[in-house]
Amino acid sequence: MKGCLVLENGRVFHGDLIGATQQAYGEVVFHTGMTGYQEILTDPSYAGQIVVMTYPLIGNCGLNVRDFEAQKPWLTGFITSEACDLPSHHESEGTLADYLAKQGIVGLTGVDTRRLVQTIRQHGSLKGYIVAQDQREHLVAGMTETASEKGSLFPALPRDTVKRVTTPTIYTHTKHGDSHVVLLDFGAKANIARSLAGIGCRVTVVPATTSFDKIQALEPDGIMLSNGPGDPQDCADLLPTIRRLGETYPMFGICLGHQLIALAYGARTEKMKFGHRGSNHPVKSLATGQVWMTSQNHGYTVSEADFPAALTVTHRNVNDGTVEGIAHAELPVFSVQFHPEAAPGPQESYELFLQFLVLIRERKGQQLVYAT
Amino acid sequence: MYTLPKDAKLLVIGSGPIVIGQAAEFDYAGTQACKALREEGYQVVLVNSNPATIMTDTDVADRVYIEPLTVATLTAIIEKERPQGLLATLGGQTALNLAVELSEAGVLERYGVQLLGTPLASIKQAEDRQLFKDLMEQLEQPIPESEIVHSLEEGLQFLEQIGLPVILRPAYTLGGTGGGIAETMEQAISILTRGLKQSPIGQVLVERSIRGWKEIEYEVMRDGNGTCITICNMENVDPVGVHTGDSIVVAPSQTLTDRNYQMLRTAALTIIRALKIEGGCNVQFALDPYSDRYCVIEVNSRVSRSSALASKATGYPIAKIAAKIAVGLQLDEIVNPVTGRTYAAFEPALDYLVVKVPRWPFDKFPQAARTLGTQMKATGEVMALGRNFEEALQKALRSLEIGVDGVYLAEVAAWSDEVLGAYLAAEPDDRRLFALAEALRRGVTVAQLQQGTQVDAWFLHKLAGLVELESQLKQMTLEEMTAEQLLLFKKKGFADTRIAALIGTQVKSMELQVEKSAEQQVAVALSEQQDTASAMTGLLQVSKTHPATAPTPQDVRAKRLAAGIKPIYTLVDTCAAEFESSTPYYFSTYVGEPEEPNSEPFSKKKAMVVGSGPIRIGQGIEFDYCSVHAVNALKRLGYETVILNNNPETVSTDFDTADSLYFEPLTAEDVLAVIEREGVELTFVQFGGQTAINLASQLAEAGVKIAGTSLAGIHAAEDREEFRQLLDRLAIPQSVGGTATDVTSALATAKRIGYPVMVRPSYVIGGQAMAVVYSDEELVRYMERATDVGQGHPILIDRYLAGKEVEVDAVCDGKNVLIPGLFEHIERAGVHSGDSMSVYPPQSLSEEEVRTIVSFTEKIALHVPVVGLLNIQFVIVDGQVYVLEVNPRASRTVPILSKVTGVPLVDLAVRVSCGEALAEAGYGIGLYPAKEYVVVKAPVFSFAKLTGLDIQLSPEMKSTGEVLGIGATYEEALAKAFVGAGIPVGASAGSFSTGLLVSITDRQKAEALPLLERFAALGMTLFATEGTARLLIEAGLHVHTVPRDEESTQSLLKSGAVQFVLNAPTLAQDPTRLGYQLRRFTVEMKLPCLTSLDTAAAWLQALEAKTKPIPMYLNV
Repeated sequence: MKGCLVLENGRVFHGDLIGATQQAYGEVVFHTGMTGYQEILTDPSYAGQIVVMTYPLIGNCGLNVRDFEAQKPWLTGFITSEACDLPSHHESEGTLADYLAKQGIVGLTGVDTRRLVQTIRQHGSLKGYIVAQDQREHLVAGMTETASEKGSLFPALPRDTVKRVTTPTIYTHTKHGDSHVVLLDFGAKANIARSLAGIGCRVTVVPATTSFDKIQALEPDGIMLSNGPGDPQDCADLLPTIRRLGETYPMFGICLGHQLIALAYGARTEKMKFGHRGSNHPVKSLATGQVWMTSQNHGYTVSEADFPAALTVTHRNVNDGTVEGIAHAELPVFSVQFHPEAAPGPQESYELFLQFLVLIRERKGQQLVYAT
Repeated sequence: MYTLPKDAKLLVIGSGPIVIGQAAEFDYAGTQACKALREEGYQVVLVNSNPATIMTDTDVADRVYIEPLTVATLTAIIEKERPQGLLATLGGQTALNLAVELSEAGVLERYGVQLLGTPLASIKQAEDRQLFKDLMEQLEQPIPESEIVHSLEEGLQFLEQIGLPVILRPAYTLGGTGGGIAETMEQAISILTRGLKQSPIGQVLVERSIRGWKEIEYEVMRDGNGTCITICNMENVDPVGVHTGDSIVVAPSQTLTDRNYQMLRTAALTIIRALKIEGGCNVQFALDPYSDRYCVIEVNSRVSRSSALASKATGYPIAKIAAKIAVGLQLDEIVNPVTGRTYAAFEPALDYLVVKVPRWPFDKFPQAARTLGTQMKATGEVMALGRNFEEALQKALRSLEIGVDGVYLAEVAAWSDEVLGAYLAAEPDDRRLFALAEALRRGVTVAQLQQGTQVDAWFLHKLAGLVELESQLKQMTLEEMTAEQLLLFKKKGFADTRIAALIGTQVKSMELQVEKSAEQQVAVALSEQQDTASAMTGLLQVSKTHPATAPTPQDVRAKRLAAGIKPIYTLVDTCAAEFESSTPYYFSTYVGEPEEPNSEPFSKKKAMVVGSGPIRIGQGIEFDYCSVHAVNALKRLGYETVILNNNPETVSTDFDTADSLYFEPLTAEDVLAVIEREGVELTFVQFGGQTAINLASQLAEAGVKIAGTSLAGIHAAEDREEFRQLLDRLAIPQSVGGTATDVTSALATAKRIGYPVMVRPSYVIGGQAMAVVYSDEELVRYMERATDVGQGHPILIDRYLAGKEVEVDAVCDGKNVLIPGLFEHIERAGVHSGDSMSVYPPQSLSEEEVRTIVSFTEKIALHVPVVGLLNIQFVIVDGQVYVLEVNPRASRTVPILSKVTGVPLVDLAVRVSCGEALAEAGYGIGLYPAKEYVVVKAPVFSFAKLTGLDIQLSPEMKSTGEVLGIGATYEEALAKAFVGAGIPVGASAGSFSTGLLVSITDRQKAEALPLLERFAALGMTLFATEGTARLLIEAGLHVHTVPRDEESTQSLLKSGAVQFVLNAPTLAQDPTRLGYQLRRFTVEMKLPCLTSLDTAAAWLQALEAKTKPIPMYLNV
């Protein structure tokens, strides 16, 4: 069935609908990774967003049981230039279109994704609808109305996404391990817990809103703040807990977790023009001068205006100079904007998990010795 | 942080002559490196023996030495120039090996030369099989079970352990020379024996075959600070078993999950970190299609063919960045030249797909074995970009210029099911893609094909989709086809010609079907044997006899344009549009929204240079040189320049070359679309070889203004009959000739002309299937074979003028002619000009002969009339000058003549084409005064890679590259040229320890005797086959007689007693003859084999002179 993407600036992109047959609405963002569509589809950080893949051929390997980052997709729509109907991979268990249909996600394919990316790049972040072709008239008619009505046609995005995507209950991800890490799930990708387990940690996952006392009762050795969707400032209620946790335990934050640490210690965050989403973002370690290729997915960034003395910038983006990593001057607290857990994307920053482990062991009075 | 002070002098080693496995990609890499180093303030001294390259232009480096690439020459240059640094990772395996040798000989240490970039120890670790294996084990990187062997016995022992099949890889050889897969013990022994011989260190790796696994490559870079990046990964459509240079390749990989992709990427980075690579590196993996298992196949610790491909595929200029890393810069300090706003420390994101298809020489060499294995056979490659696989694939196929414009090869379509089945079950060759499509056409399933060939189902499904679309096309008429349907076919890459050929061929009307298939057959027959232009002419003629219902490509085009369906041009920007990009590097696609017409008026006049496509025998890097120079000349004249080409290896497709680069097939449809989009005023077709000039008619018909020589002028020179008449009018002698269509008429014609005769099918390029025939018997044999080749076209029979050949390149403005110089061939006529050695200035022409040649050249140029370049081949017999051939375009010798005479031929051609008068161009008119030095060009062959091919010099061109020797005297120039071409002159040759095996045809025995006497006088030990030996004994020479059988000659060659072979054959191309076997075996043994007495005489002259050549640089 013919469908289209209608953007709030009035631009319309045509394509064919796949997956669920309904209307989708969200912030339209693009990802430049050439692989990893399955991980992207199920990354809870995309909650409320319509994701555009810039690589034109998506779905070539089908979907498999190993590469899900969450039990279900949280994005509202998925846009490709081409969606593969005849995937080929020994692990494949179904096509992209079937998966979208099963999960109730609207897909639009056959779209000029490059032109769409250029539109987003020039205009900045845009909201949009994926609708069937025959619904478009209605939408476009609405857009010609007054500005205030236009606002109601493209409403602001929900501000409670973290609370929607977080785990409703505390659960144990990995039972056994030398050190116990409590992972605050703001919309965590599964590979964060897997990575922690992979370095020998016991992992307990807790809801975003879990109180300090409850976490303390779990007797953690370290706290992991996960990635997650939306504007970090929508999570202001969580900051006191994070501050207390940071004063008590070694703490490592990723993406939204990084932004929340920044906010908790007095830094600000701001919305970016169109964000960073891809597997090729160069991040320089200010300590070593080495550059890592990193996996990224964020629309907000830590601002350096009125940057608190308690924090130092440890990593920067090579291209736009934005803050990519911070550390607390005194506490064993650090965080990065990018995704060391990869999935999808480059794996070289995985060693940050080991750094976290060093902090945990130091706190426990142990020295970490690991083979290089 | 720079390793060396900013004004330091750096030595860059090029890759030498073009051979299979080491081609134009190193001109691209070397040129980029030189530019990059000079950008940083360094002085560059360049050494390369290949004169056809851009990198040997005097404005590319501060000192350009066109000298043989040997340790002796390089040592002399180092001694003279005293460079502080040496960059050897951008000149292929040749440069890398030389760096190792220079270091081991203590030269680098003696003169304090620092090796830049990747350290020597790392190079050795990656190259030496044992060290590499140890490293992989240490890094826990899986490699196939293997062992390095130094002898046959050792090899056989290991084989017993691991069993068959095995892959055998000799160490330190180009493009996997001498390697192969062995399924049987017999094959294993034969490949192992050859490999041990070919490896300069006598090492062969024997490993368990992982055939059928996916072959994946990663192009990676690392800087001195340890930052590592992947430029791109590539997936071979052909699974492990076919050399990556012979595989169809896609970038990025298509059938890997992110987990697979990152697993291999991490492995690649682990390896380059351990190797401490500083620059570019290539890591090849095999990935089990049914599990997460993988193996590391190979690591190239240098810039390679794959890195040129990756550079063009992604826009990321690997060689340039590698050169900057080599002098100490870090990736995050270097700006990404494509975006101009981001840094080199990033990984390109593609929003399109790239397909590379190799170009094989089997059209030229039907007798060469076309099976593909671990030994590379392709001479070149094409690359195409698209927004889907089908589009990129079909664009790539029509870029090949092999008479196909889709996944259809008439030859394969004609096979019976049994033949097709047997073909697919056997070792793959260059036709596999077409055979797969044909099998799908006949109802074989994807699953069956995947099982049989291990080609991934993803690619097969795409092929099946194309086959399905073809069948839809066949069932509709052009009138019925909706705009939407037409757009779908265009989106899937169907060319207008392909749509026209298929449409309506299976509609109900039987009449139309019959007509159409007849037309198709003719079209196919034509396109198989001819260049594009004559195929087109043929098509037009055929279509005239057909009812108006059979649509032509023009009809499809008209319908398409009426429906407003035009290609969209997309930027290669390295970042999937995430950032704005300033680099105008485009490709066409039909996927996406139509472009908004360019509303801004063009500020400058625009000119387009049509490039020369893939490197093939007869059309090499020279034409890329000409294209690049044409662009530069046009820029100087104030034009905005557009270049169109599809060869990823070249300088012309560097986005730095022209103002806009279009990576496109070179067909009328694709070229016209760009001309229209860019508003090109002037189109140049005289620099891109036959590829470009063949487009002239179609472009002109479409209203394009062709720069330089008019279409009528082009015809006057290219059309045989018109040309014959022109020469008659000018009273210029030419060879007498006639035509024949069958054996009887051939014999009659030959009788009339008199033997020997030169025979060739009409409609061929580059001397394909040309031969000199000496007798009725030979002529009958020739005609029997030529009927396959000629496809019903007449065979041309000319008197063979066994004289001295002279080649002239000239530039003409229609009023005056400038001849920068003459090249005299060293071998007499009958050897293709591309395969002969030649000398500038001529050494044996009389003043009268030179005057005649100049006068004929002027007459022809002015009467055609030529505006721009022309190339004429003359032959002188008994003082009489005949014209053999005229080409109204740039020739193979243009770069050489430009370099050695200092007359910028291409620049002048462009200027006169744009209206400038030659007389005022600053180089005068008439014959340009000769330089005081002597220059000898020598051809270089890739015979070792092309099993089955007879190596005898003939009218059919066989060489892949060339070298130049520049000397103060003829002998010195000869010596350098021979050495550069791998034929030793000097202490090692011409002594008592040197064995020379001679075997001379009866026809030339008398002529050979004085030469053989001189070889003996030099002190060489002569071995001769029986007949030749008798001759020598009668002449009183000491000779070892060799029985005339295969075993005796081979065991002699194996014994090591013979270092050179001189074989003047009776009959070429006959595998049953001893001569053929001897020549092939000599090649296998990597010994020089001369097949012309003229070459032998020149070699003698160089040997006898005992010169001590001194390196000379060209910069003024």
